[in-house]
Order: sequence, then C-alpha cells, then structure tokens
Amino acid sequence: MEAIITVSHVQKRFKQQVVLEDVSLNVTAGTIYALLGANGAGKSTLLKIMTGLLAGDQGQVTINQLPVTENLLQVQRLFSFSAQAATVDDVLSGYENLVLIARLRHVGQPKAAAKALLKQFDLLQAKDKRVADYSGGMRRRLDLAMSLVGDPEILFLDEPTTGLDPTSREALWRTIQTLKAQGKTIFLTTQYLEEADQLADNIGFLRDGQIVATGTPAAMKRLAGTDQLELLFATAALCQQARLVLDEFKPKMVDTTGLSMPLTEMVQTTSAVLTALAAADCPPVTFKVVTPTLDDVFRKLTKAVS
Amino acid sequence: MLKDTFTLAGRLIKHNLRSPDTIITVVLMPIMILLMMVYLFGGSMKIAGVAHGDYINYVLPGILLITIASGAAYTAMRINVDKTSGMFDRFKSLPISKVSVLGGQALASVSFMLISTGIVLLVGVLIGFRSSASVGAWVLVGLLLIGFAITITWLSVPFALAASSVDGASAFSYILLLLLFVSSAFVPVTGMPKPLHLFAEHQPMTHVIMTIRQLLAVQNVGNHGWLALLWLAGITLVAYIIGLRLYRRV
Repeated sequence: MEAIITVSHVQKRFKQQVVLEDVSLNVTAGTIYALLGANGAGKSTLLKIMTGLLAGDQGQVTINQLPVTENLLQVQRLFSFSAQAATVDDVLSGYENLVLIARLRHVGQPKAAAKALLKQFDLLQAKDKRVADYSGGMRRRLDLAMSLVGDPEILFLDEPTTGLDPTSREALWRTIQTLKAQGKTIFLTTQYLEEADQLADNIGFLRDGQIVATGTPAAMKRLAGTDQLELLFATAALCQQARLVLDEFKPKMVDTTGLSMPLTEMVQTTSAVLTALAAADCPPVTFKVVTPTLDDVFRKLTKAVS
Repeated sequence: MLKDTFTLAGRLIKHNLRSPDTIITVVLMPIMILLMMVYLFGGSMKIAGVAHGDYINYVLPGILLITIASGAAYTAMRINVDKTSGMFDRFKSLPISKVSVLGGQALASVSFMLISTGIVLLVGVLIGFRSSASVGAWVLVGLLLIGFAITITWLSVPFALAASSVDGASAFSYILLLLLFVSSAFVPVTGMPKPLHLFAEHQPMTHVIMTIRQLLAVQNVGNHGWLALLWLAGITLVAYIIGLRLYRRV
C-alpha cells in the first residue's frame, strides 16, 4: 500500500533543547497511525510540523507526495487538524462554529453541511446552544465535526480523548473507527496504550525525540515477548516441587506460590504442563494465559532506552 | 482572501455584540468621562482661546481617541484568547491566507471602534458640541479617526501575541490611556512642567488630537496633520511587521 504521509529525518530544537532528534515514519492511506509517547515526548511538535503549523529545522514531510512546506495551501485542502484541547469557539453556538469553518473551507452550502454534521455527531438538539454550555464530550464531538467540514481525506488528531470520561472516550473511538471505515486516513497522538491498541493499524513509540519502535499492535506486543502460562499453587512447597517437575519448560518463580513460563505452542504446552503436574501429584489451584500488553512493550522499550 | 477576512471579522463582531461588558467599557466609559470632564471640570477650566462653556469643543477630540483606545484592550484580549485557546492553530491549519486571520481581527476591531466613536460623538453633539467645519474637514476627521483606529488595532497585535495571559494582553491599553492623559487631550501642553511639556508636545497623540481639534474648529492645522500621518503610518508599519512575525511563530 502507498504511503499518503511520509516523514523523513525531521529534526527540531527549541534553543538548546532537542525536541525531535531524527524522526521518520510512513502512514498508509486509509489506515490509523497512533503516535504514542509520554508528556513532553515531542508528539505535538511533530504533529505541528506535519501540518505545517511549525517549521522543522531539518527533514521533510510530504502529504500525497507533496512537500508540506512548499505546498501548504494545496495540502491543507487534503487534511484537517484537531488540536489537543477542543478548539471550538465558546461564544458561538455549535451550528455557528460549523458554518464558520464551512465558509472558511469554501464549502458549497455551508449551512446544509453544518446541519448534516450536527446530525452525524448527535448534536442537533444542542445546535443553538452556546458551546460554553456544552459538556466535555460534546465539545470534543463538535471539534471532530469541525475537522470533517469539507470532507478532508486525512485527519490529524492530537490526543483526541484526553480529559474525556470513559463513556465519551469509547464513543469517540467508535466515531474514529467509523471514519476509518469510510476511507479516511487518521494520524493521532495519544498517551493511552489502550487507545492505540483499540484503534491503530500501526503504532510508533516516540521517546526523547526519536521513534524507538514501530509496527502493528500485534508486532509491538511480540516485542514484549511471547504469551506466558501462569500457575498458582496452594503452598510454597507444592510450587517448589512443580518447578522441578516442569524444569524442561523453563519456569520462573513469580512469587512463593506462583510460576510463570513461556508458551510457544499454546494448547500443546498447556496440556503437557498440566499432564506433568497431574502425574507428579502437584496440581495447580488455578492457571491463566497472559498475553503481553502494549504497557509491557512500553515498559520494555523505556527500560531499553534508559 | 477578502471573503475569509470578512467571515472571520463577522465571528468577532458576534463576540462583541454578545459581550455586554465590552459595550459598557468601550462605549459607556468614554461617555462617562466626557460627561465628567464637561460638567464637573469644564466650568472651572480656563483655556486660552476657548470661551467659557466651550470646553466640550476642546475636549471631545481627546475623548474620541479614548474611545478607540478602550476598544484596543478588547482587540488585544480577543487575539490573546484565540492564541491561547488554539483557535489560531485551527485557522492556520485551514487552506486560507494566513493574513486573513489577523485581517479579520483588525477589520472587526476597527469597525467596532468606529461605531463606538460615532455613538460618543453623537452624545457630544447632544450635550452641546458644535462645529462649523465643512464637509471636507469632517471627511478628513473621519479618515484620521479610521487611521488612528487601524494604528491602535495593529499596535495591539504584537502585545496580544507576546502576552502570556489575557490580563497582560489587555494591559497595554493603559499605556495608550496614559499617553492620552499626557497630551493636549484635556488641557494645553503649555501649562505642563518642562519635561512633560516637551514629551506631550511631540508625542503622536497630541498631533492627532490637534489635527482633529483644529479641523473641527476651522483653524489652521499647521504641521500637526503631516506629523500625525507620519506617526500613524510609521507605528502601523512597525506593528504590522512585528505582529506578522510573532503570528507566524505562535
């Protein structure tokens, strides 16, 4: 698949502080790319450089094969940008906000476009209410609706769910997934590993101004290692006995009554372990299969970089 | 570009109309100062060449400039709010001319300042301001007020963009008000102590006020007209260049 966004060797420093050291990434058309990183990792700076809001010191960003800095107005017709805080006009109503953006994007029928988006984002009932009276979730929905005025191909979302309650967050995830299903390319930044796991086709980990790992969520999780079989025993003595019995499976003590071992073949290994334990008369109280999460990847990468 | 500028100015005019405190500060405060100067101090003022009871004719040009300066505080505040709230980022990410964003602010600001000035002038006429100036002189006064409003608006841009808070942004209007007090707005500069006299005589506010006052009094403007224009053009140019540079960086 062709990359619709490319970032090549982008560098940025503010005075003496290096914010982006050498960042390169590609985003395929029609996919969701999540840029993960802690506060201050440089996510928003990279996003601003990608959208032409900030000039990088080195490197190049292209959108639809057009260099952003040299073709700003042309590429701005292809994308929209939604900043970290919902950038909506509090004094205007939701309807007026949408009409304003529709007029600035020179949409044919701004009022009709605004009403269609209010309906799509379930804001029709509050259309004449001042945005200052909207809830956090409504503001975010309006913000996203404003980003969709003019039907741009690409959406840049800077931490779209930060500050939202779990219900609003899940509702926004569904909206983002719907937009992807409609063929939009979405580049989002987030601090939430769960969000990247739920939404993204590809993830990039940004740390100290560098992409330290990139790939699909599944590939990222494999970075943290294989699935683990965890066994819990009634007593420490039984646990010790089991460790000797299961020596060939390379068990590790989790605590005094718990063991953990890698699962290369889920069913066969689990079956073999339980059979061996039953034969040795030291059955576990319970067992579970633990799949690595993105948190594990993040911890591992953080440790590696440190 | 013009269409976008008008669209963005329309947004800010809605802001002004929905903000009662803006109307109170920008329109009512200068009217109160006018009434106070005329009815509390006007009777006691003895100014050479100004007949008793004609103080309204002397003070009104300065009050008109105070009206414009009060409006500048709100211009700076709105620009700062758009900067800090991220609205500028949203506008800058749209496929529109970047100048139209500040242009919209300027157009809305100048329009609101001129409407307020018109209302204050009307109150002045109601309480006794009279002028036998020709239509041409009135047109020149109108153009000078527009020029002053444009200058003050663009001057507010760098302050608004450089300020880290709304309070900081709007505080610059106090400098303007101070300059108006240390000018010929309320009393002739000749009565001031020497250092203040020198400053007041040559600062731009005095030239603008004197030009308006002389035009409306059908008197010779002298060098005040050219000096006023030079000051306004120079300040606008410098503020415009600095403002655009700062805008590109925010």
